[in-house]
Amino acid sequence: MNEISLMPEEQYRRLQQRNAAEVKELWDLLDQVKDPEVPVLSIWDLGILRDVERDGDRILVTITPTYSGCPAMNTITDDVIAALKANGYDDVEVKTKLSPAWSSEWMSPEGRRKLRNYGIAPPEDAELDEDGLTPDAHAQCPHCGSRNTRRISEFGSTACKALFQCNDCNEPFDYFKKI
Amino acid sequence: MSDAIKAATLEYATRLGDDSVVLGHRISEWVSYGPFLEEDIAYGNVALDYIGRARMFYTYAAELANDGRTEDDFAYMRSDREYRNLLLMEMPKGDFAYSQVRQLFADVYYTLVLPELLQSKDETLSAIAAKGIKETKYHLRRSRDWVLRLGDGTEESHKRTQKAVDALWGYTHEMFDMDETEQMLADAGIAVDVSKLRTAWHKMVSDILTEATLTVPEDGWAVRGGRTGYHTENLGHMLTEMQIVHRSHPGCQW
Repeated sequence: MNEISLMPEEQYRRLQQRNAAEVKELWDLLDQVKDPEVPVLSIWDLGILRDVERDGDRILVTITPTYSGCPAMNTITDDVIAALKANGYDDVEVKTKLSPAWSSEWMSPEGRRKLRNYGIAPPEDAELDEDGLTPDAHAQCPHCGSRNTRRISEFGSTACKALFQCNDCNEPFDYFKKI
Repeated sequence: MSDAIKAATLEYATRLGDDSVVLGHRISEWVSYGPFLEEDIAYGNVALDYIGRARMFYTYAAELANDGRTEDDFAYMRSDREYRNLLLMEMPKGDFAYSQVRQLFADVYYTLVLPELLQSKDETLSAIAAKGIKETKYHLRRSRDWVLRLGDGTEESHKRTQKAVDALWGYTHEMFDMDETEQMLADAGIAVDVSKLRTAWHKMVSDILTEATLTVPEDGWAVRGGRTGYHTENLGHMLTEMQIVHRSHPGCQW
């Protein structure tokens, strides 16, 4: 499969922000915090880690929810605090920021690859329909690569996914919705 | 922010939170009763979107109130007379057609309200709207598809869907009412002037009902009162169930 990817502007900005950060080591440290629903993705990969700042001894971490009702936010907050504490940072505050709203564009290229290897089709593996929503067919099967697939359900195992089935290898798979 | 605007915004955020939590709870009542597995999961997903939205509105209300209350106090420690949700949201789940018709009415409403709320000068309200807009596209596609399928389906499904449309129609009028509080906020560029959305709502809903071979009801009767705390008997029963764990074990954490 071709992996020449043009980096969307949003991702480029995120990468710039991370590289220019004063506390680069904290961004690196937070790579170990995974999304509890998709444990192969770090909160950086998924794009929900928005900012890390240090003010004296105090560490301020800003995260953003993928969907309004994402039930993972509390766990992620606890995991961020635990990861920083384990490395000697005791004064940690985790803030949730809603605006600008999270977009699947923010997911890192590495995150997209990990998602596919994990058996979930990333957002760009389907052409959206004319309403800009998940199509009813042809999301690429992450197992065999076929485009001969059909949507079984608009709503999958979590709010961020839809359920498809491959007509060639017959495997069902999750598609990470583009929003 | 002036005190008057702040108090009005607190009231407004609470109203919007009430709409979301009540509708979210009603949808969640379908979980494990869906007609098939995928539909059951879809209901769970949509309920979660609404309950998440309610949490954001309540968190903001609690921040404005600044009196030690949290989002939980707004959801679990107020009685039905203190709730300010639209009556449409509290109607019982009824049969599948009834719930889908209510959902269609609500989804079309949010399709129109949220883009307006996105323009709000209040940054938090605007941010909550931004999250809801994309989710609502998916909600509407689902409720629209179901109403088309049921309305233009069998004799029985058509009959039940038409019955639901007729039964719920009278509860839709108050969705477009403005009162002093909301008018003040709308003039300040914070709240949505819902009275201006009525024509568009009627057109969108009528088009879908007609396509579903259903009859658009005449505007013969209307029930109002949600925004002033006068509810149908349904809300009290719903809140009893929704609040019992929190009220039985105050301050409990797990």
